[in-house]
Amino acid sequence: MSNLSAEGGHGAVPLAGVPTGVDVPAPEPEWPLYEVFVRGKRGLNHVHVGSLHAADDRMALLHARDVYTRRNEGVSIWVVRADAITASSPDEKDPMFAPSGDKVYRHPTFYDIPDNVPHI
Amino acid sequence: MTLTETPLDAGTQADLESHFEATIARNDRIEPRDWMPDGYRRTLVRQIAQHAHSEIIGMQPEGNWISRAPSLRRKAILLAKVQDEAGHGLYLYSAAETLGVSRLELTEMLISGRQKYSSIFNYPTLSYADVGSIGWLVDGAAICNQVPLCRTSFGPYGRAMIRVCKEESFHQRQGYELLTTMMRGTDEQRAMVQESVDRFWWPALMMFGPPDADSPNTAQSMAWGIKRNTNDELRQKFVDMSVPQAEALGVTLPDPDLAWNDERAHYDFGQPDWDEFMQGVKGNGPCNAQRLAHRRRAHEDGAWVRAAATAFATKEATA
Ligand SMILES: [Fe+2]
Ligand SMILES: [Fe+2]
Repeated sequence: MSNLSAEGGHGAVPLAGVPTGVDVPAPEPEWPLYEVFVRGKRGLNHVHVGSLHAADDRMALLHARDVYTRRNEGVSIWVVRADAITASSPDEKDPMFAPSGDKVYRHPTFYDIPDNVPHI
Repeated sequence: MTLTETPLDAGTQADLESHFEATIARNDRIEPRDWMPDGYRRTLVRQIAQHAHSEIIGMQPEGNWISRAPSLRRKAILLAKVQDEAGHGLYLYSAAETLGVSRLELTEMLISGRQKYSSIFNYPTLSYADVGSIGWLVDGAAICNQVPLCRTSFGPYGRAMIRVCKEESFHQRQGYELLTTMMRGTDEQRAMVQESVDRFWWPALMMFGPPDADSPNTAQSMAWGIKRNTNDELRQKFVDMSVPQAEALGVTLPDPDLAWNDERAHYDFGQPDWDEFMQGVKGNGPCNAQRLAHRRRAHEDGAWVRAAATAFATKEATA
């Protein structure tokens, strides 16, 4: 089947011989990227659901509604420009999270309580 | 988000590689800011971007019928379905962007034909029964492909797939219901359903890609946890699911080799015309030129809207 093989989700697409565009600058200036957070229902936190591009904050909110809440997935939306977010590295070996790694005494299971003591 | 890149020495490089391998081996997810091998990144960009393109181009065959839907009910359903496909494209483009590729560059690569989309969308939709066949068979095949991708090793891709899969079930059911409604109608309507199923059955089987023996990328994709099942496994699953559905519907699947195999406990079936598939991939399918021209026109016609929105945003920001 020549040098084309195919993989894919909504139908096979070739993986060999296709350019990726990684490290290629955008062909025209892009609208800023926004990260979208949705509160699923009252009583829950806003949770990150994805991202989108928009020219400004208002458009980002409207697009977020159309893209991420077509089936009552939310009662409230936050949009935040991605370049306004400061992130740690998610790497679990990151020294950022080392201080909590050796503090087992912060967990209730660290403490032995006799079996006959109720409700603790 | 800004990334700070520091040059790596050889020792660190080996560390990063073994950390990546260990994460995959644990069946844990790789997240965008993790180090990953260049081949992994590029394979994912190709797969996710072209999956996104498929969703976006996939709006066209069905969009063709929105203005001619037989009832308001069918029109509302079809509009919602096509809008979902746009949404799927957008979830996937955002997942691809986390790998360091720009959205506009992806669009450019689609409309210039450098990146591809699924060949299934190069077949024309000739009757309203095709809306039903696409929902039942094409979205049905997509579900078989996409459900295992919910566990793919790249976090953003898997999360996009979870959202997509929740919506696909509506797509398949509305299509099947449309066909059952037509099958309860006149002889002409039943014939229309059969004719449509005859045209879409083989292209639906092609959606799983070439046989495993001809899919040299599969082994690497499975080792990286990007892909969870081989093309042939998924195709078999789809056939096994579809046969009883076709019986309940009262249509014949156009494959003389289709038969239950007691020993294997699966259906045996024939192979689609892989030359036809390759022609589609190379851009020679029945509607390739039309689909790409339409997408290019939509992008170019939208240029003034993008410029106006940018100008308005700049004006608001400086006001
Ligand atoms: Fe879809
Ligand atoms: Fe769909």
